[in-house]
Amino acid sequence: MIEIFLRSVFQENLALTFFLGVCTFLAVSKRVETALGLGAAMIVVQSLTVPINHLIFQGLLVEGAWAWVGLPEIDLTYLKLISFIGVIAATVQILEMTLDRYAPALHRSLGVFLPLITVNCAILGGSLFMVERRYDLPESLVYGIGSGVGWALAIVAFAAIRERLRYADVPEGLRGLGVAFIVTGLMSMGFSAFVGVSLP
Amino acid sequence: MRKSNLHHLTAPLIDNNPVTLQMLGICSALAVTTALDTALIMGLALLTVLATASTLISMIRAHLPSSIRLVVQITIIASLVIVTDQVLRAFAFEISQRLSVFVGLIVTNCIVLGRAESFAMHNPVWPSFLDGVGNGLGYGLILMIVAAIRELLGAGALFGVTVMPLAAEGGWFEPLGFMLLAPSAFFIIGVLIWVIRTRRPAQVEPNDFPIILQVGEEKS
Repeated sequence: MIEIFLRSVFQENLALTFFLGVCTFLAVSKRVETALGLGAAMIVVQSLTVPINHLIFQGLLVEGAWAWVGLPEIDLTYLKLISFIGVIAATVQILEMTLDRYAPALHRSLGVFLPLITVNCAILGGSLFMVERRYDLPESLVYGIGSGVGWALAIVAFAAIRERLRYADVPEGLRGLGVAFIVTGLMSMGFSAFVGVSLP
Repeated sequence: MRKSNLHHLTAPLIDNNPVTLQMLGICSALAVTTALDTALIMGLALLTVLATASTLISMIRAHLPSSIRLVVQITIIASLVIVTDQVLRAFAFEISQRLSVFVGLIVTNCIVLGRAESFAMHNPVWPSFLDGVGNGLGYGLILMIVAAIRELLGAGALFGVTVMPLAAEGGWFEPLGFMLLAPSAFFIIGVLIWVIRTRRPAQVEPNDFPIILQVGEEKS
């Protein structure tokens, strides 16, 4: 369990080794506060959607899931993409309404980021990796939390570096997007140093 | 073909490239660029989905209430991606295994939804189709450039055919293992953006925090 958590945070960081969610990663990292908000929203949504998608996949889509109504040969796995997207959109919507009703202050600070997350590849990617690696329910919960934390860690660190980068004298053609890619590459190199680290 | 229509096809290649200028669709792009063949298949898959989705959405744009347009667009795109994924599994199983989840991630690729929302919703069918093909080609172009650099320097091969014989197999080329790791893709894209913006100064981003020199100070 701890190993899955550490692996999803450091060695297999979604943003820095699988390039997932890099669009949002580069677009919403100009300030540390916004990066923190987006990171928190990401952790919440990721740790909800991965286990929910696991239940949906095992309960409805996998081959033989309909055996109890007498249809054992039905295999609906090809529907996983469309149902995962639906689950993610619905979860984000419900989360937004719940926050609005019970925690308006939190909703004001996280609200603008929630719709962004629906089309974030890291969320869908997390669910697809969960299927590909055949995690069971507790494992997929841990994986969801871990990959969310890893993504949040990466974007907050990146935003902090970028705030300092404002005062740097960058060559003209490299300004903005170009130097952002180079910095992400350096961070990705740093994270690749975690490969092979394990708890005794 | 009229000149303005041709423009939809050629502009996204370099001048208005979806990856390097509009910053769309980088997410699923870079992980498949360690070899040319996976990059080619990924580019073709995206091209097919993008051109078909743009055409379909442009066809129904007049009948689509704006409140549910996003849901309809996502559903169309997801269905097309499922078809593409199944076709790949049927006819190119080995490559579809190496692409793993990244074909599925075309659903959340910002290029497809971005072009649907900003172009296909407001334009007739034929220009939308051309715009889809053009953006697909622009994306594929960047993918192929990055993949060519990474495969050539990382494994001494192009499309799996050895170009530079490896030292381990009696040749002279010592492969750069770093090129096969994730960070190199970020560096290559960064440098590529630098090259394009040096040739096309109009794309340079404005400097929000210019360094103002004090009197008597020299720019270091």
